[in-house]
Amino acid sequence: METLMSILIGLFFAIGTYLILTKTLLRIILGTSIISHGVHLLILTMGGVKAGGPPLLGFEEITFTDPIPQALILTAIVINFATTALFLVLSYRAYKVIGTDNTEKMRGNEDE
Amino acid sequence: MNNLLILPVVIPLVMGLLMVLFRKNITLQKIVSAASITATGAVAVLLMIQNDQDGIQTLQIGGWQAPFGITYAADMFSSLLLTTTSIVALSCLLFAFKTIGEERESYYFYPVFLFLITGVNGSFLTGDLFHLFVCFEVMLISSYVLLSLGGTRKQLRESVKYVLINLISSFLFLVGVAYIYAVVGTLNLADLSVKVAEAGQGGMLTAISLVFLIVFSLKAGLLLFFWLPGSYSAPPTAIAAVFAGLLTKVGMYAIFRLFTLVFYHEPQITHLLIGVLGAVTMVLGAIGAVAYGDIKKILTYNVIIGVGFIMAGLASMSIAGMTGSVFYLIHDMIIKALIFLIGGTIISLTGTSKLEDMSGLIRTHPYLGWMFFTAALALAGIPPLSGFLGKVFITQGTFEAEYYWLGGIGLLTSLLVLYSIMKIFMNAFWGETYLSEEMEKGSTKGIMVPIALLTGLAVLLGVGAEGISSYVNLAAEGLMNPELYIKAVFGE
Amino acid sequence: MKEPNDVILRSVTKVAVVIIFTFSINLFFSGHHLPGGGFIGGLGFAAALTLLFLSYDIETVRENISLDFKKVAVVGVLIAVGTGLGSFLFDAPFLSHTFDYFDLPIFGKTELATAVLFDVGVAMAVIGTAVTVIMTISEDR
Repeated sequence: METLMSILIGLFFAIGTYLILTKTLLRIILGTSIISHGVHLLILTMGGVKAGGPPLLGFEEITFTDPIPQALILTAIVINFATTALFLVLSYRAYKVIGTDNTEKMRGNEDE
Repeated sequence: MNNLLILPVVIPLVMGLLMVLFRKNITLQKIVSAASITATGAVAVLLMIQNDQDGIQTLQIGGWQAPFGITYAADMFSSLLLTTTSIVALSCLLFAFKTIGEERESYYFYPVFLFLITGVNGSFLTGDLFHLFVCFEVMLISSYVLLSLGGTRKQLRESVKYVLINLISSFLFLVGVAYIYAVVGTLNLADLSVKVAEAGQGGMLTAISLVFLIVFSLKAGLLLFFWLPGSYSAPPTAIAAVFAGLLTKVGMYAIFRLFTLVFYHEPQITHLLIGVLGAVTMVLGAIGAVAYGDIKKILTYNVIIGVGFIMAGLASMSIAGMTGSVFYLIHDMIIKALIFLIGGTIISLTGTSKLEDMSGLIRTHPYLGWMFFTAALALAGIPPLSGFLGKVFITQGTFEAEYYWLGGIGLLTSLLVLYSIMKIFMNAFWGETYLSEEMEKGSTKGIMVPIALLTGLAVLLGVGAEGISSYVNLAAEGLMNPELYIKAVFGE
Repeated sequence: MKEPNDVILRSVTKVAVVIIFTFSINLFFSGHHLPGGGFIGGLGFAAALTLLFLSYDIETVRENISLDFKKVAVVGVLIAVGTGLGSFLFDAPFLSHTFDYFDLPIFGKTELATAVLFDVGVAMAVIGTAVTVIMTISEDR
């Protein structure tokens, strides 16, 4: 399971990196979003996959899965949600003002 | 348990939220924001006094004991930085009152400013690696908003770059967190310190420490500063001054905390690397500062030099080097905000940031000119002023650790700093006065107060260094003795 | 622009929104001991509102629900932080929580915890932020 997860995480990072290196802003945002999923999966895998029952009251299991990585991911997802939303709005605004979503063409001279 | 610790985070947060509800009432927002930052400063001073008397203060949030819950811990280092943060933030806020403009004010400038301070204070106080990430994000999201607020072309272009770079460094931060959790199984800094010391800092942990070094270098501008000149010259002066004074310092604080508390077992790898990075940063920053003829560019490259120099103190890993770093960090926060404020004022007066297009301001603005002169001397570390002691101690520290090259580069760049900043002074203030007061694009009305406040502080910090030296020594001792921090966190 | 013919979507929405609201409230209250809680409950609530936005247009919905969602978010965070600040009164660490069992007329023996207040804040913050984000992106065309 861990091996599969590692391959998946690597795939996410590869796709995300590729998208970030493209020129269109929307693709860059998608790339960051995909990398963030890779990172969240990484945290989950690092905490140990399927080590026991859910850490909730009322279950009779002896071993419990470590809840901390899940709490970390929840927080990280919320933060990522906020930054992605902000990045989207920002890029949209940049597109409107500058008139292009191509990062090559965005480069202007310094004296504006 | 000391609930005082949470106040520097909660006061700006709650006040900022309340201000969102009163969007229309700008006067109220001004009063409330200034009052809440003053209150934060008062709490920070109280914490300093408590640190002086009773040692490190801790708070286990929600009553969850140390390795399980989130711990807040304030040692002298944190408290000193908190106090300085409040002073710098207050000055920039006073500057913003006059200069920021109604449009930005109505789009939540003051609340976002307070959220930024929330994040900065939280980062200084937290004793938990993941909570550090959260506080970083609070700070960064606020800075994204502040950077793009107003929406000019340049601002938007720079914010897109800035957001992307910081997003990637945040991902790396999380990757580091995941790895260290897998290896050590805890995220509480004190607990990490214990576990790493027990297990020995092997190759794996050293590699993880380098991941964190990359992350915080990106935020602090240590070598990875390519984003910094652009983003710090885009926003209005008050915001740029806050960024220069606070944002990079938070990254530096994180490097200090991690590499003195947790990863201090392999100094010949990690700390040497930090020293090399610092040296390269200083050299590149100095080249930039000397080469450009644009005030904003020169000032941002000076920020970069400061980062490299402070890291030299950490690299030496000696009590003298740490004392110097703490001194210089406090000085740097104040002085960088100050020169950014003065530089921004010069630009708003002349309407240009090109040095060749300005001259002779000293006749129409003598006070501004002499304060800039004082700031320039302090920045270069001329004796009675604030930068001097820090420079002396850091250089001493590097020599003690036998990193002569590092100390040498530090001293050499000081000269170049002096040259670059004097270049501004000579060009902007000396020479023929052809800009009469009627022709000026802006005015200095009302913004001299924060500038004078910071200048006075820079002088006071140098002349009255005796007064705070006991605090600084305590901070440096705390940094050199991680067991004090561990004992305080697990003590209750 | 021609009005799209979306009778089915609108009829389904009328029923579905009520179900989603109920479900999210259920999720909200099952928190603490079972999966659920303020965050996921709030998200469910926001999802229902988004469905309303999609099937009717934003102006119609806003006429009927005249809440400023930014303020909802702010009040939510204030409530959450406020419950933490309550611990100052009892000289307990920040964000400490407590609970007790009460005999209520209909529910019988019920556990009441101060963490619920915190969760109310979280839920409001989530609803407020999510809806604000959606409206910000959709308003401009």
